[in-house]
Amino acid sequence: MRELDVKVITENVAEMCKEAAYYLPDDVYRGLKRGRETEKSPVGQIVLDQIIKNAEIAKAEDRPYCQDTGMTIVFVEIGQDLHIVGGYLEDAINDGIAKGYTEGYLRKSVVAEPLFNRKNTQNNTPGVIYTQIVPGDKLSITVAPKGFGSENKSGIKMLVPADGVKGVKKAVMDIILHASMNPCPPMVVGIGIGGTMDRAALLSKKALTRSIDQRNPMPEYAKLEEELLEMINQTGIGPQLGGTTSALAVNIEWGPTHIAGLPVAVTICCHAMRHAHRVL
Amino acid sequence: MAESIRITTPFTEEDSRKLKAGDSVLITGTIISARDAAHKAMTEALARGEKLPVDWNNQIVYYLGPTPAKPGDPIGSCGPTTSGRMDAYTPTMLAQGIKGMVGKGSRAPEVVEAMKKYGVTYFAAVGGAAALIAKSVKSYTVLAYPELGPEAVAALEVVDFPAIVVIDSEGNNFYEIGQKPYRNFDINQI
Repeated sequence: MRELDVKVITENVAEMCKEAAYYLPDDVYRGLKRGRETEKSPVGQIVLDQIIKNAEIAKAEDRPYCQDTGMTIVFVEIGQDLHIVGGYLEDAINDGIAKGYTEGYLRKSVVAEPLFNRKNTQNNTPGVIYTQIVPGDKLSITVAPKGFGSENKSGIKMLVPADGVKGVKKAVMDIILHASMNPCPPMVVGIGIGGTMDRAALLSKKALTRSIDQRNPMPEYAKLEEELLEMINQTGIGPQLGGTTSALAVNIEWGPTHIAGLPVAVTICCHAMRHAHRVL
Repeated sequence: MAESIRITTPFTEEDSRKLKAGDSVLITGTIISARDAAHKAMTEALARGEKLPVDWNNQIVYYLGPTPAKPGDPIGSCGPTTSGRMDAYTPTMLAQGIKGMVGKGSRAPEVVEAMKKYGVTYFAAVGGAAALIAKSVKSYTVLAYPELGPEAVAALEVVDFPAIVVIDSEGNNFYEIGQKPYRNFDINQI
């Protein structure tokens, strides 16, 4: 059985936290450039110029793209033939987050308890860690820091089957219109359809780890992604101060659901659609 | 869009009332950072009848929580945070003499009313342009609440800090003005 030492996991997670904070993925950068070419609002063009310049400075100088370096979401796929040695997986990941956020001069934005005390943990731990057991002997890790300007504008709607495609579109657009310019557009919209309430929310987060250039493999969902993107870009929200580039992409993930249900979760991501991925 | 208007601090009511929604500005001088926890602490201090640790008269507040500075840098990445979270505290803070606010996103109607009353301007910096904005910051000095870390109240010396007037002292809102020409969507048509 293949063995993997937790120290390797910690080191890699630390590197990925920094990488995600400094380097905007190429597909998102290209999406911003395309948006700049088609943006009709003169103010919108100025905003996009600043956003593109910001990505270039962050990358060239290893600086956080945004000061909100997020709460650290980590998706882990563990091959069932892999044996993790030297400690516990979750500890190794949280040690990696603490190391990456400290060494990388990233902002520590996590409080230990949400309502009464709200004391900062000072090292951005714990991360929000999702594990899945998969075939094979590899460990696949995706680090996706999530800023809360956009997270606060996300939402979920428990539709019923009769609501259908029309109901899904209305639910999504209602959340988008309510969010308006607040989640730092141009946004990337992750949508989870189906499952239970929690599964739909998770799917909407997973949708944001997919490239913005890649449409859902099922044609009906790919078409829905394109239709929703067009609607969002006609709201006038634009790149924060009005215009035609409100979103760069809509990514939908779906899952089996109950005969009585049609959950729809929408995670809004700002233009800092950050993630890093490694297979160990 | 017209040439940027240069403004320098201190920022008076007279300066503020000249600006109109949609104006692009470059701010030079001192602006003061404060966000959620500092606003809570300051309004609680005022409620207890205490004096604030900072004189806010004719100041510009910046809703900010920066990343830590790398060695040799004055500040880390330092873009605006969502202003709306400060709305509950803002009318009280504007009564302390603040004449400009820099953040991002919409404001509550009671904030706009207080802005009109005191002649205050609300500016937006580009959300998420945090590494770029850091280039205009020359120094960062904590003034109060150091225990709040990135949420401390601090003086930022800035040169040509880029911002746009979103809500002017008459209550005109560029978020509405800027979106309208590009809106071609009605949710009831779905």
